[in-house]
Amino acid sequence: MYTASDLRKGLRLKIDGDPYVITEFNFVKPGKGQALYRTKLKNMINGNQFERTFRSVDNFEPADLREKKMQYLYKEGDKYCFMDNENYEQVYLTETQVDEAVNYMTDNIEVEILLFEDRPIGISLPNFVELIVTEAEPWAKGDTVSGATKPVKVQTGATILVPTFVSEGEKIRIDTRTGEYLTRVKG
Amino acid sequence: MNAPHQDDYFYLARKSQAMRMRARLIQSIRSFFIQQDFLEVETPVRIPSPAPEEHIEAIPSGSWFLQTSPELCMKRLLAAGCPRIFQICKCFRADERGGKHLPEFTMLEWYVVQFDYHDLMDQCEAMLLAAFRSVGYHQDITWQNKKINLAAPWERITVADAFARYSPVSLSETLNRIIFDETLVQYIEPRLGISRPTFLYDYPAELAALARIKKSDPSVAERFELYIGGLELANGFSELTDAAEQRRRFEKASGVRAAKNWHCYPMPEKFLTTLEHLPPSAGIALGIDRTMMLLANTTRIDDITTFTPEDL
Repeated sequence: MYTASDLRKGLRLKIDGDPYVITEFNFVKPGKGQALYRTKLKNMINGNQFERTFRSVDNFEPADLREKKMQYLYKEGDKYCFMDNENYEQVYLTETQVDEAVNYMTDNIEVEILLFEDRPIGISLPNFVELIVTEAEPWAKGDTVSGATKPVKVQTGATILVPTFVSEGEKIRIDTRTGEYLTRVKG
Repeated sequence: MNAPHQDDYFYLARKSQAMRMRARLIQSIRSFFIQQDFLEVETPVRIPSPAPEEHIEAIPSGSWFLQTSPELCMKRLLAAGCPRIFQICKCFRADERGGKHLPEFTMLEWYVVQFDYHDLMDQCEAMLLAAFRSVGYHQDITWQNKKINLAAPWERITVADAFARYSPVSLSETLNRIIFDETLVQYIEPRLGISRPTFLYDYPAELAALARIKKSDPSVAERFELYIGGLELANGFSELTDAAEQRRRFEKASGVRAAKNWHCYPMPEKFLTTLEHLPPSAGIALGIDRTMMLLANTTRIDDITTFTPEDL
């Protein structure tokens, strides 16, 4: 159990059966008054946010959360299928749960699946992935404006902004946290 | 001489302006009180029996405690015949750490015999205006991109009026549902002292602490707090001089504390005995660190202290 003095930004709690993460935290105490712990909480399953103020006598249950390495297999209807590398069990995430990660997920990529009480609820990608450019406007010779970018399509179907010299068929490295192009990759 | 450790060197560079401002602030506060014929006093930081308060917990020091405020010792000096006294000292409160809280902080307390809480508000205003001038703030202070007009007299608003004006829940309802603190923090405090400093006064009698109940309206206590820019800077009151009533309040607070498993303090008997001899008087505690936050225009108390507990 956590007590109110354990509360801080980033702490994950179980409230009314759901996992929550504290996104904002503030300790306040009016003159001669009691200590109050003001928080903003985000539901880790549906993303809903709300504010709640706790008192020093309140107790909290930690949320049973862990991450497990799994492999992305395929999409089936509106579900994404992953395989546990240890026991070969398959788990599914919805489109909402996968969210923007879909832009960087290639077949068989290794990801971390977030489990809440052994139920899969989210995904985290490696910080960097390498993707093949499948559609790109050709580089117009003479277009030498430095810093100029153009949108290209990569193998996952996502659109990425890249420097104008990148061409179709090339492999590029992308930072999954920002969605930004980093460099071309040889081979 | 050795070069300072590199981390400490950058640390100091970031804090040096606030450190110099704090030194000037304290200097000018001292000058003000000395000119007003006050005696500067020192009382022990380690004490056997702090005043039992429902929401303030002392830090043990051996079998005694570190003071949560110098209140009891200073009132004993008042009763002993010192009519105007002030002290700038360290106070300690367990588990208080946040953007505006440090478990060890600097308090200015002063007491005046034959004053009531309105006299003290006047004096607090004059003292702070002199202190603000000493660090270069004459007409106004810029706080979080807003100008606070310092022209006297400062605003005075009762707790009842503030709730009527700013709170969606009535004062009596917040007291019944025991959500006074929550309502104060969420709806009232952020609106106080925004365009000019504000004294919030006449607290509900339930929240009197060591304050005298108002003769003309027993539902309130003669207690006030000063807010500037939504920051609570000071708490003052007309002192309760009825020892029997004070003992009842201490016993009630001790009961609440016991239910929370907080430290059980011995009853401050020597204080209660001298309270019989305390002339009518008023006293106030003002947070030096909070005042520094205002002057340095920062919402983080860490910015204006040399070292926070985490830095040690």
